[in-house]
Amino acid sequence: MSDTQTLREWLLTETPTSRRHAKISAFYQGWLTLRSNTMAMIGLGILVLMLFVAAAAPLLAPHDPFVQDLGNRLAPLGTEGHVFGTDSLGRDILSRLIYGSRITLYIVALVALIAPIAGLLVGTVSGYVGGWTDAVLMRITDIFLAFPRLILALAFVAALGAGIENAVLAISLTAWPPYARISRAETLTIRSSDYISAIQLQGAGAFRIITKHIWPLCISSLIVRVTLDMAGIILAAAGLGFLGLGAQPPSPEWGAMISEGRRFILDYWWVATVPGLAIFTVSLAFNLLGDGLRDVLDPKAGE
Amino acid sequence: MMNNLLDVENLWVKFPNRNGVFDAVRGVSFTLGRERLGIVGESGSGKSMTGRAILRLIRKPGIVEADHIKLDGVDLLGKTEKEMRAVRGQRISMVMQDPKFSLNPVITIGDQIIEAYRLHNSASKADAYRKSVEMLEAVSINDPERVMRAYPHEMSGGMGQRIMIAMMLIPNPEILIADEPTSALDVSVQRQVLDIMDKLVKERGMGLIFISHDLNLVADFCDRVLIMYAGRVVEVCDAKNLHEAKHPYTRGLLNSLPRLDEPSKRLEVLQRDPEWSKAPSVSGRV
Amino acid sequence: MRAPLLSRLWSILKPVLSTLASIAITLLGLLFVTFIIGRIMPIDPVLSIVGERASKETYDAVYLQMGLDKPLLMQFLYYLWDVIHLDFGTSLLTSRPVADDIARVFPATLELATIGIIFGIVLGVPLGVLAAVNKGKWIDQIARVIALVGYSMPIFWLGLIGLLIFYGILGWVGGPGRVGIFYVDVVPSVTGLILVDALLDGNWDVFKSAFSHIVLPASLLGYYSLAYISRMTRSFMLEQLSAEYVTTARVKGMSEWDVVWKHAFKNIRVQLITVIALSYAGLLEGSVLTEIIFSWPGIGSYITTALLSADMNAVMGGTVVVGLIFILLNIFSDLLYKIFDPRAK
Repeated sequence: MSDTQTLREWLLTETPTSRRHAKISAFYQGWLTLRSNTMAMIGLGILVLMLFVAAAAPLLAPHDPFVQDLGNRLAPLGTEGHVFGTDSLGRDILSRLIYGSRITLYIVALVALIAPIAGLLVGTVSGYVGGWTDAVLMRITDIFLAFPRLILALAFVAALGAGIENAVLAISLTAWPPYARISRAETLTIRSSDYISAIQLQGAGAFRIITKHIWPLCISSLIVRVTLDMAGIILAAAGLGFLGLGAQPPSPEWGAMISEGRRFILDYWWVATVPGLAIFTVSLAFNLLGDGLRDVLDPKAGE
Repeated sequence: MMNNLLDVENLWVKFPNRNGVFDAVRGVSFTLGRERLGIVGESGSGKSMTGRAILRLIRKPGIVEADHIKLDGVDLLGKTEKEMRAVRGQRISMVMQDPKFSLNPVITIGDQIIEAYRLHNSASKADAYRKSVEMLEAVSINDPERVMRAYPHEMSGGMGQRIMIAMMLIPNPEILIADEPTSALDVSVQRQVLDIMDKLVKERGMGLIFISHDLNLVADFCDRVLIMYAGRVVEVCDAKNLHEAKHPYTRGLLNSLPRLDEPSKRLEVLQRDPEWSKAPSVSGRV
Repeated sequence: MRAPLLSRLWSILKPVLSTLASIAITLLGLLFVTFIIGRIMPIDPVLSIVGERASKETYDAVYLQMGLDKPLLMQFLYYLWDVIHLDFGTSLLTSRPVADDIARVFPATLELATIGIIFGIVLGVPLGVLAAVNKGKWIDQIARVIALVGYSMPIFWLGLIGLLIFYGILGWVGGPGRVGIFYVDVVPSVTGLILVDALLDGNWDVFKSAFSHIVLPASLLGYYSLAYISRMTRSFMLEQLSAEYVTTARVKGMSEWDVVWKHAFKNIRVQLITVIALSYAGLLEGSVLTEIIFSWPGIGSYITTALLSADMNAVMGGTVVVGLIFILLNIFSDLLYKIFDPRAK
């Protein structure tokens, strides 16, 4: 209120002056909570670093990730010019890791877009319309939940052909049912609230109510769930890559790199170990951040 | 002094949070004899915290501080957790607001009462069972054998609260803390539950701390009343003289309630003075 | 008197019937999706039977014999009919009926999954309870790290590293496979579970060999279920520990140990059973990657191998069986729920 108020005071006020002020203030307080969570900040740091590495891959990678050097194959860790050694075709493992981060991010981003949106659509329609539509849609959701996820993904990739895009589709196909369940549950509680009746009385149609009033409210619980699922998506993608059904050679996908290194695991352990550590680090980062985010956005579940 | 069961001096309950320390109870002092002591206040006034602090049931990060909380002259704050367990139930017991939540939903009522008895008495199961049935009869439960086998969700609120009273009185404590024991009940059964509690407390010569937000109920039911506001005791008076209370907060509360003997056209709205929460606590010691 | 009796009978039958109906519908859907996957596979089912060099006549005869000229719906009904008779067709890879194959590989998965889940329960549940009781203290942090690492580790990689260290370098455990090569088929297969069969036969050498082979993959799976079970246990317990009846128990003068185990824990049994059933189902569905890393001849590696060699009958049969297990375990946990929670009656 007074001019001497600092920005921090303005952000932390308990008497916001406008709706936007309240929103920004809530956001800032959430950020403070998140920032006080060291583990979550470590996770965020790793992810920011990874984004940077993926963006600047051509500048950072010491070698071309695809250039083979059969004379210098399976070079150990710390070899000059190859910090993480080389793989069975003499390609620099560090450079492949750096370029591989792009593939991982690409898969994660696509799945994180497709699966929640599909789930949101199914869940809100099912919850809002109710009746037979609800029964049918939820049965379908149950059927997909009853499938073993990796096997379903495997079957679809096998049916559609191996490749990154199909892997993304297959993973999304196994990942959407939980989102549908969550958004349906949210929709059911929202639907029966008084303000929805008020909008209905004003003559709003189902489409408008779903898109303008139900979706915005489902989003925060979906975001938490997506962040926590990211690690699972990375692991699933790596698993498909490991089985040779994800990204195809010579693409430097991390799971496929482990699969290559597997043959030499007893003698040249680093070839499989290093990409595994990369997968572990990134999914751990997502889990740390997700855990922290849940504490902020959904304090009850994080208890 | 000899009649005092409980003697609380300068009790504080503190909760550290991001913006410093929140004091839920600030320097409350009172004594309790073989009487019915009411503690009245609105929600957040610290009345429930006071009850729980006596049993040392404030969970971390909450902190309980006091010059002393003496039970028969022995300071409870000096006791170890293990010694405290011998106090809880056996010497001081507590009935809470809603039997729906305060009874364990997956254990039969019989087992919960028997457990309360056997925690403090080395009795055989058969003896404990007989004792529990007697106790249920004492709280006017008609079909005690059936109730013993039943689960809490099969009981009505009034029955649940009578069961709770039976369970809390079965080890024969000296003090009962009743924390809003009737607020969750239907108006029609409130009186019945209160009467049963009153009768048992009198028969056994116990001390009762009756915590409530209902001024009329407390005035009716208790001997002495402490009025709490913002963690402090603002006024202490005999229940029968409550209508002559002087503190503006108490007066405000009284005037905001309709009265049959002095009807008024318009009820007053309570005006709060920030000074009330700063003034030192009034002592309720006798 | 007739009407109340009928309505009482109906009130008992109705939930049973509706459960059965929903199982049937889910199963039907499962079969349908499997069937569709089988049809959209870019593989000619006739060619894979008759081979590349078969004559046109043979090809057409087999085509008709398989009913591929019929509408898709009819084909699905034929498929259903076969499945109901437990006829999943013949595997191309093994040239044996798929049902026989599954009966042969499933015990291997069952053995692995069971030991894994026991490991997960025995360590995960107490860890979760301890973490909840000591929320925010060091043991909670350790439990959190254990779980987060479990959630983040690629299982096939951890398996490889485990093999490298404990088998390759230290030589403490057996390598891939269920038993050492000298012990294969030494004991008669009674239950299909090698550990049990070896005990029944009294053959300690086989038992030791089988144990040293199963210990690594089982602890790996156990670790993963531990991560999940301990996290869920912790959050269930936290919810209960803040409940009012816990205060009641404390007011009675109970020790903290009894408050936790006799009161709070009893209230999470039901939720815990669901969680355990779910993770057991996950393990029984064949932890594909683990089975492949350890060359474990279970249902997961069976389905995967079949997939990669376009052995559609085997894939479809395996998927149906696995889905069925999931559904059955769900029903089983629902049943236990009704037994353990007095409010569910």
